[in-house]
Amino acid sequence: MSDTSWVIPFLLMIVKSLVLLVVLLVFIAYVLYADRKIWAAVQLRRGPNVVGPYGLFQSFADMLKFVFKEPVIPDGANKGIFLLAPFVMGMLSLAAWAVIPLSDGWAIANLNVGVLYIFAISSLSVYGVIMGGWASNSKYPFLSALRSAAQMVSYEVSIGFVIVTVLLCAGSLNLNDIVVAQDTRFGLLGWYWLPLFPMFVIFFISALAETNRPPFDLVEAESELVAGFMVEYSSTPYMIFMLAEYVAIMTMCALLTIMFFGGWLSPIPYPPFTWVPGVIWFTLKVCLFFFMFAMVKAFVPRYRYDQLMRLGWKVFLPISLFMVIVVASVLHFTGWGAGLGQ
Amino acid sequence: MDVPAFFFTLFSTVMIVSAILVIAARNPVHSVLFLILAFCNAAGLFVMLGAEFLAMILVVVYVGAIAVLFLFVVMMLDVDFTEFKQGFLQYLPIGALIGAVVLVELFLVLGNWVAGSGSVAAVTTPVPPGMTNTMALGRVLYTQYAYLFQGAALVLLTAMIGAIVLTLHHKVGVKRQNIAEQNARTPADAIEIHKVASGKGL
Amino acid sequence: MLNLFDQYLPLVVFAGVAALIAGALLVAPFLVAFKAPDPEKLSAYECGFNAFDDARMKFDVRFYLVALLFIVFDLEVAFLFPWAIAFRYVGDLGFWSMIVFLAILTVGFIYEWKKGALEWD
Repeated sequence: MSDTSWVIPFLLMIVKSLVLLVVLLVFIAYVLYADRKIWAAVQLRRGPNVVGPYGLFQSFADMLKFVFKEPVIPDGANKGIFLLAPFVMGMLSLAAWAVIPLSDGWAIANLNVGVLYIFAISSLSVYGVIMGGWASNSKYPFLSALRSAAQMVSYEVSIGFVIVTVLLCAGSLNLNDIVVAQDTRFGLLGWYWLPLFPMFVIFFISALAETNRPPFDLVEAESELVAGFMVEYSSTPYMIFMLAEYVAIMTMCALLTIMFFGGWLSPIPYPPFTWVPGVIWFTLKVCLFFFMFAMVKAFVPRYRYDQLMRLGWKVFLPISLFMVIVVASVLHFTGWGAGLGQ
Repeated sequence: MDVPAFFFTLFSTVMIVSAILVIAARNPVHSVLFLILAFCNAAGLFVMLGAEFLAMILVVVYVGAIAVLFLFVVMMLDVDFTEFKQGFLQYLPIGALIGAVVLVELFLVLGNWVAGSGSVAAVTTPVPPGMTNTMALGRVLYTQYAYLFQGAALVLLTAMIGAIVLTLHHKVGVKRQNIAEQNARTPADAIEIHKVASGKGL
Repeated sequence: MLNLFDQYLPLVVFAGVAALIAGALLVAPFLVAFKAPDPEKLSAYECGFNAFDDARMKFDVRFYLVALLFIVFDLEVAFLFPWAIAFRYVGDLGFWSMIVFLAILTVGFIYEWKKGALEWD
């Protein structure tokens, strides 16, 4: 075995993965900062403003603080699963980014079944919560794990139906192809958010529920469950849960961008806008969606659990199921099967 | 050893070991977690066979849905499994007998199993070039196998009805929220205004 | 085969790197942080008193019902994916067979709704 031709591509893969992950994590440090700043601004506070100019290094200071905190593992906990839970959660949420195309062809792995891969990963993230809540062997985490598992699975069904309508229009499971299918001469107006507007709204709200963001943060409703499934966690295990939550939010923003907002495409498909690199458009769109996530957190009150389940099963599920049939019928009977506006 | 062979060995070894641990683990929650690990490795093997759609569906359905239910049952029912195991020796003979009968039956079935004509050729036919296997599946499932597909719908319907019949029971005296009714309320039917004379009360 | 490998190998590498990062973060405080364990600190959280018994308890069967219904709908979505992809090639038969499929499951959904399985109390 003297064949070493695989070494260079293999190292290249590792370097690419590292670069994407590091950029993503630094980006998330600022997303966290932005979240706190936006929340503060809505409440007429100033938010983090001490560490670095305008508090720009706040997230990094927080990270160092977490690393130097004492990790507490409760006596009654199942230690292995207790530590496995944040690990699984962190790894899975990061792994979803392998298939996200940042620009044309700029994905670590351009899978044929990219959408399904993300769907699978997001359906696995419920395990981190259940394992963490159960392994803590404490009342509040346990109750929270139950609630959150039921909540996450309820909204996953409508997310599935929404994805199907997008697939009907795009005709591919590949995330790159889904964006390319939205590339029309109408620019902004040719993206799927317009023809599939109800689905866009349902997906956005379901994404809030799927990532346990307010107003659906019953998992950590502090008035009833203290801090939810994370009560017993401290130090970096806690930090990884928080980080995973934000990575999942970014994944959802990226998915919204790709499926409804034309991914890396320029909103006006003529120069000079098309000269801007795709990755910049992509980042801007992701930031726009994150801003919406942050604003929802700032001014919507929390749902009650029975209302949450009602919204998922009795409103979103029938509407999205009905819309699958409507979209399919329109495509079938008008012969627009080749994709809208193509 | 080349890369595919390495991954095949890795996935299959981990899968078999975790499958053994599913029945060997003392804690039932660990059993379910090993089951999930086995499913994930099976998905890896599917990918290596080129069946990427099946691999993802295996993860979505088995790991993402069915194993959640299993985990619910073993975690939350809180059955004392050590108590169960105390009767182990007592039930061993009859358990072993049933196990042996099932094993013999399996051998009989497998011994008489002959691959249908043409199916071997069909199995070894590669997916047509330029077509993803999701597409290949989609093209035959809803037309050529339409009857079986409707059969699947009926099975799912039965499952849905069965789940409700078996588990649904309503608590009595629960006040439910009717959002439509709430929203339709007007001040006229929600508020009464009385002029109260001072010192008289209502 | 080779093509598939080109697609999935980077994915495996990426997941591996992600696992390394998550693992490193998880292990870091155990190596560097100050530790002073104490029975009170290590006991399960409760509101001002010691926990009465084990935290794991039996709970409402409703959660199982949600999980069961989720499995059914998840399978339904799984059937929809290849149909959406092959939509342009399956013609009238493919279209109507899916409509019948969805109609059968809608019957189940209406039954569920009428029975009150979707109520949460």
